[in-house]
Amino acid sequence: MKKYISFFRMRFIAGLQYRAAALAGIATQFAWGTLLILMYKAFYAADPEAFPMSFQALSSYMWLQQAFLALFMTWFFENDIFRLIMDGGIAYEICRPINLYDMWFTRNMANRLSKALLRCFPILIIAAFLPDPYGMRLPVNLSAAFWFLITMILGYLIVVAFSMFVYIATFFTLSPTGVKLAAVSAVEFLSGSVIPLPFLPDNIRRVLELLPFASMQNVPLRIYSGDIVGGEIYYRFGLQLFWVVILIFFGKLFMGKALKKAVVQGG
Amino acid sequence: MDINMKLYLRFLAIHIKSLMQHKVSFLLTTLGQFLISFNVFLGIYFMFQRFHRLQGYEFSEVLLCFSIVLMGFTIAETFVRGFDQFAGTIANGEFDRILLRPRNEIFLVLAGKIELSRIGRLLQAIIILFYAVTTTNITWSPDKAITLVLMIIGGSVVFGSLFVIYASICFFTLEGLEFMNILTDGGREFGMYPLDIYGKGVLKFCTYFVPYALFQYYPFLYLTGRTTNKLYMLLPVASCAFAIPTYFIWRFGVRHYKSTGS
Repeated sequence: MKKYISFFRMRFIAGLQYRAAALAGIATQFAWGTLLILMYKAFYAADPEAFPMSFQALSSYMWLQQAFLALFMTWFFENDIFRLIMDGGIAYEICRPINLYDMWFTRNMANRLSKALLRCFPILIIAAFLPDPYGMRLPVNLSAAFWFLITMILGYLIVVAFSMFVYIATFFTLSPTGVKLAAVSAVEFLSGSVIPLPFLPDNIRRVLELLPFASMQNVPLRIYSGDIVGGEIYYRFGLQLFWVVILIFFGKLFMGKALKKAVVQGG
Repeated sequence: MDINMKLYLRFLAIHIKSLMQHKVSFLLTTLGQFLISFNVFLGIYFMFQRFHRLQGYEFSEVLLCFSIVLMGFTIAETFVRGFDQFAGTIANGEFDRILLRPRNEIFLVLAGKIELSRIGRLLQAIIILFYAVTTTNITWSPDKAITLVLMIIGGSVVFGSLFVIYASICFFTLEGLEFMNILTDGGREFGMYPLDIYGKGVLKFCTYFVPYALFQYYPFLYLTGRTTNKLYMLLPVASCAFAIPTYFIWRFGVRHYKSTGS
């Protein structure tokens, strides 16, 4: 365990070095969030009755989505890992006295967390000063804040566990582009990062909410803004726990299978 | 035939040949490209299922707008990809080699990378455009057809110029600037809706600063019969003028180029 923690620390500190990149990222995310909110405002004006949540809840949702993008972006992968698999560098990784799955899992966690921590605060603080109902507001109550944190951590683990599947699939296809693009585009929609899931028709939404993808950003962001409340929170939390365990279990299983027949590419 | 054109076709033939070496990979990437923008379409579809209208715009009208912008962006990305990935060209010293060759450097960067897998996305844009054209209430006439074509050309030129500006900035930063994404990817993502829905401020920015509105919003008003002012029809031509300042920014960048030496 200790080696993974120190590896995490190493990667995390390395990630914190990219401060100029973070500044550019903050500006981008802020502009992106503003445009999204303006877009939803236009839809709100078209038919306020059809809006599935309060506008304030939507604004908080959007700002959190932008601020914690690095934790939840399903299209982000470490190209180094793809390269290791494709050019044979994997041989060195296998030689190390570590579990490859745990190592890569830690690496992805550290990278995402460092990115998110560098970026989230400026976005949240600026958004907090925006006028009602477009700004970022405090969670509805203390318990929402508590559950937001808990479910956010679980959602973040599910995102990393998902990306592990894409890395593992590369062992079999050797060219990451096709798998990556197809998986990413589907998951983006299913996780609610194209439009929040409550905007979908009820029958479709009910099915999608059972999938692991709805346990990513959908749960914490909606708990924060008070869209998921009461006993519903425990149910979603349970579902998240279930998916974390399942995804990691199968991830490890497939990783073992992949490594058994891994071909070291190149020289 | 012009020697440059001939050379470009030669480059194109080589790109196609190299793609055909990895047919399955090419097909998968093309399919991926098709899927990846499909979820934007799904987003619009479900939003309209719920709200039916957006500031007076109907679903088919928005799809028209979306497909035109997507097509312009995709054409730009296919043929101007060399500039989009320019940070890599500087980092590995490839640009030194380009400068040594007896041809214009813009030509060589353009010809050096042609991203044909974007056909997948182009195909989707064409299907959506076809659907939108057949379902809107627009009464089509030659001048409207011309407007449509001008919009696509204007879009390609503006997005292409943005890629070139992105590359020019790399001369100074040596790395792609993430902020440019809001202008390129953002232009594509938010350009799916007529630009006036974002309010006056955004529309002004898109008219005077980066001329998205000149190939999207204004000619779109003419296309859907919201205005009969013929000037609006020709505004996409004006948006092409964005290439002029772009050229000077690029020249300025090249003059300040220092090899990274690796």
